[in-house]
Amino acid sequence: MSPLNEEQGKEYWRRNLSLMLKLLTIWFIVSYGFGIILVDVLNQIKIGGYQLGFWFAQQGSIYVFVGLIFYYAKRMAALDKEFGVEEDE
Amino acid sequence: MDLQTLTYVVVGFTFALYIGIAIWARAGSTKDFYVAGGGIHPIQNGMATAADWMSAASFISMAGLIALSYGGYGGSVFLMGWTGGYVILAMLIAPYLRKYGKFTVPEFIGDRFYSNSARTVAVICLIICSVTYVIGQMKGVGVAFSRFLEVDYDTGLYVGMTIVFFYAVLGGMKGITYTQIAQYCVLILAYTIPAIFISLQLTGNPVPQLGLGSTLVGTDVYLLDKLDMVVTDLGFKEYTTNVRLSGINMFAYTMSLMIGTAGLPHVIIRFFTVPKVKDARSSAGWALVFIAILYTTAPAVAGMARLNLIDTLGGEDGQGLIIEDRPVWFKNWEKTGLLNFDDKNGDGRIQYSADKEVNEMVKIDNDIMVLANPEIAKLPNWVIALVAAGGLAAALSTAAGLLLAISSAISHDLLKGILTPNISEKAELNASRIAMAFAIAGAGYLGLNPPGFAAGTVALAFGLAASSIFPALMMGIFSKSITKEGAIAGMVGGIGVTLFYVFQHKGIMFIPDTAFLGDTLPNWFLGIEPNAFGVVGAAVNFTVAFVVSRVTAEPPQEVQDLVEHIRVPVGSGEANAH
Repeated sequence: MSPLNEEQGKEYWRRNLSLMLKLLTIWFIVSYGFGIILVDVLNQIKIGGYQLGFWFAQQGSIYVFVGLIFYYAKRMAALDKEFGVEEDE
Repeated sequence: MDLQTLTYVVVGFTFALYIGIAIWARAGSTKDFYVAGGGIHPIQNGMATAADWMSAASFISMAGLIALSYGGYGGSVFLMGWTGGYVILAMLIAPYLRKYGKFTVPEFIGDRFYSNSARTVAVICLIICSVTYVIGQMKGVGVAFSRFLEVDYDTGLYVGMTIVFFYAVLGGMKGITYTQIAQYCVLILAYTIPAIFISLQLTGNPVPQLGLGSTLVGTDVYLLDKLDMVVTDLGFKEYTTNVRLSGINMFAYTMSLMIGTAGLPHVIIRFFTVPKVKDARSSAGWALVFIAILYTTAPAVAGMARLNLIDTLGGEDGQGLIIEDRPVWFKNWEKTGLLNFDDKNGDGRIQYSADKEVNEMVKIDNDIMVLANPEIAKLPNWVIALVAAGGLAAALSTAAGLLLAISSAISHDLLKGILTPNISEKAELNASRIAMAFAIAGAGYLGLNPPGFAAGTVALAFGLAASSIFPALMMGIFSKSITKEGAIAGMVGGIGVTLFYVFQHKGIMFIPDTAFLGDTLPNWFLGIEPNAFGVVGAAVNFTVAFVVSRVTAEPPQEVQDLVEHIRVPVGSGEANAH
């Protein structure tokens, strides 16, 4: 069973959820926000030949997704250490 | 060496490689067979996941779907939908199921919802999604063979089945994993090399992702501006702003593909093969890196191939391609039926237009955009041969992953889990090999006698996974109060509503005459097309499960403890059956 007492267990889970929530907000904004809902507004801005909204829908959102996953993995590894629940090497 | 011989050599070499790997990576235990022994490095697993994930649809069809059917910007639903799901997988699903440490997805659902009925319902949902998906792959194998090796479709399919049989039955997950790593390398080279050449030719920039945003060689006109101009001249909607039906539809479509990705069992079980929970998180990141290489190249291929195609069809003087002067590749692809013209006004030229009355390019198949791309851009023969090997690698790797998910659901969940729990490990391993052989035969049969719906079914498989398995997993991990009755009713309700919606617009079991509501915009709920309906099915699943759970007895204490247990990484051990 978990080495954490009930209090610690709750705190660990709360911090995981709060990190997740922040990152999923970014996930939502770059794809659904910039790529679909606000696409016309952002298309007013041009970077090189790309209209910005179009760029987020076909390129930018994917790059952000990759970054989000690695950031989550890194932060969670640190959180596991802090609570002493990381797996043995 | 002529193209035909060269293609045989390149494809033959890759097949020899896959079989060599199969012999080297034989499975000795059920653990090898189901989860590759649980010792796959996260980067290797990421690469294998990428090949598992990217099917014939991604490799052969996606660029054409973006460029033609979805007219540019509208195709973004595939790009965002088929990548964004990995964020959900990495944060909400993979680490917890890895911690739980068993072999299959239905096994988790059965334990968390403390009932063999829930496990059986999950097996049925899994088989419905995976079979829908695998038919498309078998078809891809047959088509690729028949075009590139000029054997007939049936022979192509038999060769493909034999290869998959060899490494999947012998090696199980272990054989499949190492073969998929090799297949990833083949398919990514085959996709990016032509793209780099074409980007160089058109824009002088070797990176396709940058080339799409650059100016055309020798001018100061941006490629995308030029593309917008030529498509609107022909009467099409502007490439960079062409919405797929409506914003709501694009939203629902993207969401269905994302949560479908996170709910597809053949992808989830890949994360059972890494040693630790920590590895499951980072491995999803690596998978997405390897996928993103293709997915960020695809829109460049789409835009550039569309421009090249319009340019070719315009002829020397822009008045239409003179029929007698049409290039060799054009004639070759006419033979396959993927390209066709009809000189309606009899002027000896082909006029391409958005107006159906005047348009003389009566057939341009989406798949042409990738398959004929190297020929349109006049690339050397070895590049064309490589594309053939890449298309086959994409189809075979996905088919193998799906077949493993199906056979392990049968041998491990139905047989070992429910029907004959006392079966020995050796007998289970044999049973899983027999189940695999039957799954391959079944998929081959469906590839030879495709039901009418085989073409557009890949997106549908996602809708089915999104509405059944994804919500059950989410509620199993994030809630302690969902009961077995709630979960079962939710899965049945979710997949039921989705199937009902698809059948009502596309025909019962896809028999066109039985559709009782026409497949057109005014009949669609909120204007959402059937392929995008999975998200509504998922909402139904969640709602039903919550309501039913309120009125049934709460889950027993040990199940609530199990939920606590999977939330913390420590003590995961290796994936095992007990």
